[in-house]
Amino acid sequence: MSMILIWLLITVACYGAVIGTAALMTFAERKVSAAMQYRYGPNRVGPFGLLQPLADGVKFIFKEEVIPAGANPWIFKLAPILTALPAMLAIAVIPFTGVIGTFEGTEVLGSIANPEIGILYVLAVTGVGVYGAILGGWASNSKYSLLGGLRASAQMVSYELSLILAVLAVVATTGSLNLHEIVAGQSGWFGWNVFSQPLAFVLFLVCSYAETNRHPFDFAECEPELVGGFHTEYSSMKFAMFFIGEYTAMVVMACLTTTLFFGGYLVPFWADAPWWMGLIAFGAKTSFFLLLFIWVRWTLPRFRYDQLMHLGWKVLFPLALINIFVTGLVISFGPGAN
Amino acid sequence: MTETRVFEYTRGQVDEDDPLHGEVMRVNMGPQHPATHGVLRLVVDLDGETMCKVDPDVGYLHRGKEKTCESLGWRKFFVHTDRLDYVQPLTNNIAYAMSLEKLAGLEVPERGQTIRVLLMELNRIMAHLIYIGTSSIDLGAVGIFFYAFVQREQLYDILDAYTGHRMNNTYVRMGGVYADIDEDVAKQIEAFLDQFPAKVDELANLLERNRIFYDRTRGVGTISAADALAMSLSGPNLRGSGVEFDLRKQQPYCGYESYYFDVPVGTVGDCYDRYLVRMEEMRQSCRIAQQALQRLKENRGGDFIARDRHYVLPPKADVHTSMEELIHQFKIVTDMRLPKGEAYSAVESSKGELGFYIVSDGTSDPVRCHVRAPGLVNVQAIPMLAEGRLLSDMVAIIGSLDFVMGEVDR
Repeated sequence: MSMILIWLLITVACYGAVIGTAALMTFAERKVSAAMQYRYGPNRVGPFGLLQPLADGVKFIFKEEVIPAGANPWIFKLAPILTALPAMLAIAVIPFTGVIGTFEGTEVLGSIANPEIGILYVLAVTGVGVYGAILGGWASNSKYSLLGGLRASAQMVSYELSLILAVLAVVATTGSLNLHEIVAGQSGWFGWNVFSQPLAFVLFLVCSYAETNRHPFDFAECEPELVGGFHTEYSSMKFAMFFIGEYTAMVVMACLTTTLFFGGYLVPFWADAPWWMGLIAFGAKTSFFLLLFIWVRWTLPRFRYDQLMHLGWKVLFPLALINIFVTGLVISFGPGAN
Repeated sequence: MTETRVFEYTRGQVDEDDPLHGEVMRVNMGPQHPATHGVLRLVVDLDGETMCKVDPDVGYLHRGKEKTCESLGWRKFFVHTDRLDYVQPLTNNIAYAMSLEKLAGLEVPERGQTIRVLLMELNRIMAHLIYIGTSSIDLGAVGIFFYAFVQREQLYDILDAYTGHRMNNTYVRMGGVYADIDEDVAKQIEAFLDQFPAKVDELANLLERNRIFYDRTRGVGTISAADALAMSLSGPNLRGSGVEFDLRKQQPYCGYESYYFDVPVGTVGDCYDRYLVRMEEMRQSCRIAQQALQRLKENRGGDFIARDRHYVLPPKADVHTSMEELIHQFKIVTDMRLPKGEAYSAVESSKGELGFYIVSDGTSDPVRCHVRAPGLVNVQAIPMLAEGRLLSDMVAIIGSLDFVMGEVDR
């Protein structure tokens, strides 16, 4: 009974944390971009404008829902769900912190679930996310949306292989698909995977921007060309769902970057840190990557969508292959080989 | 007889034999579209993402400015010239004033010329800053827009201090300018010019060594020198293609021949070259403005407007005290006549050759006023540059051609 209670508590805490961060990210995005551009940003609602996400949410709920004429209503409604859901599902396995304590002989971990194939699960569910953009673009019965949807599908095929190969290199060095074990494998001096797999880290970082449809790879929405792309025709909460999906995906990708390459919840130079210190370390590392998302968005111009395919297939993919090959060689014949 | 040449170019074709060729989709870009810089409508035929046919449709901002001139009279049209290319109102004023002066045979005193040069160069910087800002926001670099506008805002403050308006200043008159530039304003301009080149370099650092920007603009929207001339492009768009044609050098006005400055030219004629040309022009404008300021310093107290009482209003104080000046004022305000004839005068605006062609029958009612707007010519070049390329290139091309719809539609 009480084990279920603890499990529920962790679930609520994890989801609350991630979705809360996602909401805060919309605020942070506006504040950070404002700071970068000599502006104030939102500062009317609540202290420092902190309640702005809440006000936005309320506004979205009260907006009129428009389904364009000629749109396929079922797929039109399904698309925002398909965008938001996979990102939320991926939260389930992210290790926010290590062992919190023991309860009735079972270890309570800082993640909702701890399957042996954790990373595989994350890749599987986040891969579904792109269907939201494709279907939304197709179902809207709008030319701009259609182009946005097409771009989203073209984009997916060009980065996902490299993303998976980058993760594979980490999996190979750790020898486990379990996210907690991947984190545990990064302990010690310079134990973080970013030191042993710098190339994989760069590949993963670039691909994670494409995965989350973020600038400089946001062709699927691409305001100056497609006026919003796949979500041009969406309004009200359905539009908000796309937003929540995008920001949750960003938080998830930042969490994954931390987990895979930056030692997750491990605190540097403090091997037996308490679990709450791990939580803080994890939060700090993740925040950095979230900030990076915003920083990049407001600095760089956007790629052309055929240039991403060029980048994906002719640069990232060969690099990822070389990386996994070299990693394999080192594991098989290197100093630690048995 | 002038020789008529028909200019032809191959329009984008759909390759019917291509197995990937599909149904052509017609997309209306604009008139309400974030990247069309106003109310330009582009009818684009898309084969996949490739634009096989582009048709610009202008006229959504048509206000009948040229016709308005005929009913308003020569003097009152000054206010309307500001509203043509509203990012550089004073340059329009000057171009119009120069046509009138040419027809009237009116000489502008030296200080008036120098102030005009200064104003035109400041306006050129403002217009180019808008170009940098909007073209990079189209490419996705939002920050640069703000960095450019911070600079532009300072110039607005300066013009506000000088003319009392931020936009649409209308501060140029026949025979000179409305008021002298005083020391405070001169100091403000000097302070601005001192820090400006470093800021241009800052913008350049964000864009020029940026691989993404380079990929998006290099080789995109290429126009050869011959084609650019045949299209009668002018200004940075022509110079980007490597033709060294600048009215300030080739056909100097307002004493430009006595200033030291260089005319940057491109080599290939793509979006990147046009970008480089404009960046360098801002630095050169800064140079010219500094020289003009120096001359204003040396020539303090000189006449800034001609004293010809047929065309130039007498000072208000004299009107109140002298009968003769009152008559002059009355005649100019109610019934200012230009000699019979026609005149064309052009300046090098930030978009290209901006000219006013005026016809007078000797009465106070203008017969015709035609604006040679460089923007309209630039819009004309869009299909040629865009056809056969990807939709994403369209925003880069529109941005780099740099037109203002207020001037295109008039």
